Amino acid sequence: MLSVIAVVTVTAATIAIGAWGVRVARTTSDFFVAARAVPPRWNASAISGEYLSAASFLGVAGLVMKFGVDMLWYPVGYAGGYLLLLLFVAAPLRRFGAYTIPDFAEGRLASLPTRQAATTLALLIGWFYLLPQMKGAGVTMSVLVGTPYWVGVVVVGVVVTANVALGGMRGITFVQAFQYWVKVTAISLPAIALLGHWQRDDAPPVMADTPPVFAEATDVRLDDDVAIDVADPVVVVADGTVDGRPVDGDLRLDAGRHDVARGTRLTFPAGAAAPHPVDLPASAGLDWGRPFGPITHQEDHPLFFTYSLILATFLGTMGLPHILVRFYTNPDGRAARQTTVIVLALLGAFYVFPAVYGVLGRLYTPDLLMTGQTDAVVLVLPERVLPGLGGELLGALTAAGAFAAFLSTASGLLVMVAGTLSQDVLGATSVGGFRRATVIGGAVALLLGLAVEPFDINRLVGWAFAIAASSFCPLLVLGIWWRGLSARGALAGLLVGGGASSGAILATMLGMAPDGWPGSLLGQPAAWTVPLAFAVMVLVSRRTPASVPSDVGRTMLTLHTPELLGLSHPARRSSGARG
Amino acid sequence: MTTAPELGPGRRVVVTSPRTEAGQRARPVRRRRDELVDQTGVGEVLIRSLIRAQLGLALRVLAVVVVLLGGPPLLFAVFPAAGRVEIGGVGVPWLLLGMAAFPLLVLLGLVYMRQAERHEREFAELVEH
Repeated sequence: MLSVIAVVTVTAATIAIGAWGVRVARTTSDFFVAARAVPPRWNASAISGEYLSAASFLGVAGLVMKFGVDMLWYPVGYAGGYLLLLLFVAAPLRRFGAYTIPDFAEGRLASLPTRQAATTLALLIGWFYLLPQMKGAGVTMSVLVGTPYWVGVVVVGVVVTANVALGGMRGITFVQAFQYWVKVTAISLPAIALLGHWQRDDAPPVMADTPPVFAEATDVRLDDDVAIDVADPVVVVADGTVDGRPVDGDLRLDAGRHDVARGTRLTFPAGAAAPHPVDLPASAGLDWGRPFGPITHQEDHPLFFTYSLILATFLGTMGLPHILVRFYTNPDGRAARQTTVIVLALLGAFYVFPAVYGVLGRLYTPDLLMTGQTDAVVLVLPERVLPGLGGELLGALTAAGAFAAFLSTASGLLVMVAGTLSQDVLGATSVGGFRRATVIGGAVALLLGLAVEPFDINRLVGWAFAIAASSFCPLLVLGIWWRGLSARGALAGLLVGGGASSGAILATMLGMAPDGWPGSLLGQPAAWTVPLAFAVMVLVSRRTPASVPSDVGRTMLTLHTPELLGLSHPARRSSGARG
Repeated sequence: MTTAPELGPGRRVVVTSPRTEAGQRARPVRRRRDELVDQTGVGEVLIRSLIRAQLGLALRVLAVVVVLLGGPPLLFAVFPAAGRVEIGGVGVPWLLLGMAAFPLLVLLGLVYMRQAERHEREFAELVEH
């Protein structure tokens, strides 16, 4: 019950701070970009608050619990992407004065088709990234309150849409900054308490030479039909349907496969090995804790998978349109750099904690491996491990943090989607147009969110990064550093890179990907689609020098001249959004 | 054409007000700055050298990232023993990816920011002196 109160409190606080922002947001300029007056420390908190999504708050811990140390490439890549953004994009993009990536595409290349391609990709990435937030909300609500999946999706969808429509960006900046601190508190305090408990528990070894066992007698309820693999014969107390037969009372599970029906309760004795689903073979702690451990059961080519993941996350961050929108609110290029470095520090402070839950989850909640609900380990672990009110309070805190994660990331994405929709699709730059676009964007995300229940949170997020890395990353890097980029080259690269990556992902989502190498290449496409996009942009630009904009020299001057020189920085007027 | 008309008696010659030090500096300031804005040959050379310096810096920092963070997966794949080394009872992969990577990223960010700002100051001095 405490968890429900915490979730309601975070949601109410989000609405309240958003409403407070409304009174400040009067002009269109305030609405879109907070009038460019956000100091680096606030801006960095807001960017981090916006960035730490369901994937970071819940997903990383769940993946570590299942697949071990290999999954730590996710947080390293999520943070490392900001270093590459700092190196290649932050200051020049701010100096250019582009509010969105489509603005940059049009301003840099003087080409409307390039802008339209960038607009389409920004909407695709934005909606794609909204889906895992919706999924996270649905799952969290069903774990905490037992509501059906769609309830959480609708709650988060409606709250976020209303808040963005009323507060715009100014309100959202404060909301996002507030939510970074909610999230970092909510992930760190329970983790520290859990580590203290583990110490007092005589620090049982994590990397044991056996698979996870139930530390104490554990009651497991299965919310779905599951086929499990039992390692050693065990006598459980069962209530429900096992192997097609109704059971009520003691049941001996022999070694081997058993089909457990939805709604069945199994009570395992202390010390029993936790059965695993048949598609996730149990692995000893030693294998799990070393590189290329359980991931080899899931991925045919784990080294390729790792490098493709690194490429997608490191290069995808700079191409996330909702993050770049926020860089425009820096006063100048220097502040954009400072903001990015502070973001690196804030994210680093967060990302050391999720792994704690994944590691301790193997010791204290191995039943999540059996039910497949490892994404819930952050929510479940504190109450299960820590006794009494303290455990309940810390459990409520992680629930609040998880909700802050969905609300803030979804808000930031929706601001971007609505801004893009209102400017480029509806052709309205008024506050009313922005509000209409918000409602449309939110409704689409909500409806699609209802359909993605079967997909893993981090998988969905990783795909959004892969599309961004294969389209916007080469556009920005080449556009900022290479005079020779032509409008045709950029357009071709966006279409080929964005098309190849989203096509590969769609094929994988629809279950059309074959086994072996082709399946690996489609399932984690960044390793080949990123170089492909760069190559297409360079080769086509070389062959179409006529479509290199004639004012490229002036553009380079704008991108790279430091403000301290006091040259006028002619803002590009490709749209009226900047008020 | 001869130079005689310019030296003729009707020509006014300024002999007072010798150019001060400030005056001497003021003229090149405007000129280099104008050359930058007008994209003359000199201006192009100036801005290109800045871009090259900044890109070189970014690529050098990137090379450090590639070695320190891009290297480990290959190392662990080729020499599995490297992934089993422990420090204080904790595996090196956990220490690297769970802890050390984050301060490393901040450190690289700070180094880059200082250098990039120094390049910009030097560029500004070059233009203004």
